[in-house]
Amino acid sequence: MRAQATLKMKRHGKWLIILPPMLYLLVFFLIPFAFALKISLADTAVRVPPFTDIFTLSPDWHVHVALNFGNFKYLFTDEVYGLSYFYSIKTAFFSTLICLALGYPMAYAIARTSKSTQNILLLIIILPFWTSFLLRVYALEGIIRETGILNSTLLWLGIIHQPLQIMRTTFAVYLGIIYSYLPFMVLPLFATLEKLDHSLLEAAADLGSPPWRAFIDVTLPLSMPGIIAGSMLVFIPAIGEFVIPTLLGGPDNLMIGRVLWDEFFGNRDWPVASAVAIAFLVLLVGPIALYQHNSSKQFEA
Amino acid sequence: MSDRVPPLLISILCIGIAILYLPILVLIAYSFNASSLVSVWGGFSTSWYTELMHNDQILDAAWLSLEIGVVVSTAAVILGTLAAIALVRFKRFRGRLLLTGMVNAPLVMPEIITGITQLLLFVSMLHLFGWPHRGFTTIVIAHVAFCTAYVTITVQSRLQTADRSLEEAAMDLGSGPVRAFLDTTLPGIAPALASSWLLSFTLSLDDLVISSFVSGPGASTLPMVIFSKVKLGVSPDVNALASLIICLVGACVLLAGYLMRRSERQRVRDAHLAGH
Repeated sequence: MRAQATLKMKRHGKWLIILPPMLYLLVFFLIPFAFALKISLADTAVRVPPFTDIFTLSPDWHVHVALNFGNFKYLFTDEVYGLSYFYSIKTAFFSTLICLALGYPMAYAIARTSKSTQNILLLIIILPFWTSFLLRVYALEGIIRETGILNSTLLWLGIIHQPLQIMRTTFAVYLGIIYSYLPFMVLPLFATLEKLDHSLLEAAADLGSPPWRAFIDVTLPLSMPGIIAGSMLVFIPAIGEFVIPTLLGGPDNLMIGRVLWDEFFGNRDWPVASAVAIAFLVLLVGPIALYQHNSSKQFEA
Repeated sequence: MSDRVPPLLISILCIGIAILYLPILVLIAYSFNASSLVSVWGGFSTSWYTELMHNDQILDAAWLSLEIGVVVSTAAVILGTLAAIALVRFKRFRGRLLLTGMVNAPLVMPEIITGITQLLLFVSMLHLFGWPHRGFTTIVIAHVAFCTAYVTITVQSRLQTADRSLEEAAMDLGSGPVRAFLDTTLPGIAPALASSWLLSFTLSLDDLVISSFVSGPGASTLPMVIFSKVKLGVSPDVNALASLIICLVGACVLLAGYLMRRSERQRVRDAHLAGH
C-alpha cells in the first residue's frame, strides 16, 4: 500500500518539478514568438495597441481572418532592411575574425601557464564579461572620443597633430564589438586548448616537424570545436547588437538591431517591426541553431 | 604544459587584457576628476559622487533596479534549479527536448528579439485580460525568463557531478526522495545556487534592451536612465555612477566565483573521503 502511494507520489511529484519552469518559459519565452508572428501579419492602426486584429468575430459567429503579408513584402521593397541585414552579417563576420585572431594566442598562452596562474588569468578575462555591458561601451567612448585619452596621448607624443576621428565611424563599431565580446572567444578556445594532448605535439616534433607545421597539422585541427564555439558566441550576439552601433557608430552604421529599435520606438510601426524580427529570426538565428543542434549531436556520437 | 611560454604569446595576452581593462580604469580615474571638463584633469575630488547622492532621478532608478534584481534572481534561482533537477534527474519525460531548447535558446537569442516578442505578448495580454500593466511587473517577468536559463545551465553542470551516494543512503534509511534531496544534495549545491543568484542579479541589473521594450511610462531602470544620459556624450556624474556600478557588480562576480570554487573544492574533498 505504501509502496503504491510512493510510486504515485513519485509520478506526480516529478511533474511538480518539471512543470513550473516548463510553463514559465513556454508562456513568457516561446509563446511570445507566436504573438510576434501574428502581429507581423496585422495592419498598422492608429489605436492602442497600434495594430489591427487578424481574427475578428462577426455577429453571426463566423471567424474572419484578415492576413496581411504586406509587411513582409515591404521588407523586400524598402532596401534599408536588406542593406542592414547584410551590413550586420558583414560587421559580425569581420569582428568575429579579429576576435579569433586576438583571442586564439591569448587562450593558447593561458593554456600553457601553470594551473594556478590559469585560474587567475581566466578570472581576469571573465570579470569584464559580467561587468555591465552598457557601461563598458561607455567607458570605451572615454578612450576614443576626440578629446579622449588616446587622442590626447598621441597628440602629446607628437605622433599626430590633429585629433583622430574614431567615434561615429565603422572602426569604432568594430572596436566596440571586439572589446565587448573578446572574453566569449577566449573561454571556449581555452577549454579545448587546455585538454589538448601534448604527446601528439611531441610526436610531431620527434618526427621532425617544425613547430609551426606541428601547430597547423595538430593543434589547429584539434582546437576546431573551440574555434567554432567561440566564433558562434561572438557572431550571434554581434549580429543583433544595438547598443554598440548606437553609441559608437555613425548614421551609416545601420545594423539590424538599430533598425528594429527605430521602427519600434521611432515610427511606432509594430507590424513591420515584428515582420523584421521574424525574418531576422528565420534568416539568421534559425540556421545557426540548426547547425549547433547538428554539431552537438555529432559531438555526442 | 607549464614550460616556457613564447614571449610573443605573452605580449598578445597582455595586450588583450589591457584592451579589456584600460577603458574601465580610465573611467574610474576620471570619476574622481575635480574638473567638469571631462578631458582635463583638475585634481582629485569626490564631488561627483556627492552630487550623485542628490540626484533623485538616478536614486529612484537605482532603487527600482535593485528591487527588480532581488525579486528576479530569487525567482530565477527557484525556477532554474527545478529545471536543472528535471534535466539531470529525469532522463525521460514528455517535453524534455522542449525544455532543453527553451533553456538554451535565451542564451543565443538576440536581446532585441526577445524584448520585442515579450512586449507584444504583454500588450496582447493586457488587451485580453487587463493584466499586466507595463512597468515593474513586466520587467520582472521578462528578466526571470532569461535569468532562469543562466541558472539552469550553472546548476545543471554542478548537479551532474554531485555525488548521489549520500542521497541514496538517506533513502535506504527511509527518507522520502524530496527529504533525502533536501538533506543531502541541496547543501552540496548551495554554493552554486548562491553564485547563480548573484549572477542573475548582475544580469538583471545590467539589462538595457529587454527592459526598454517591456517597461512602461514611469518605470525607468538604472541602465535606461544611464543610456539616455550617455547618448548625449560623456559626463562626469555618469562616470561616478558607472564606477560605483562596476565595483558593485565586480564584487558580486568575485563572490560568486569564490563560492563556486569553494563548492568545487568541497566536492573534490568529499569524493576523496568517499574513496572515489
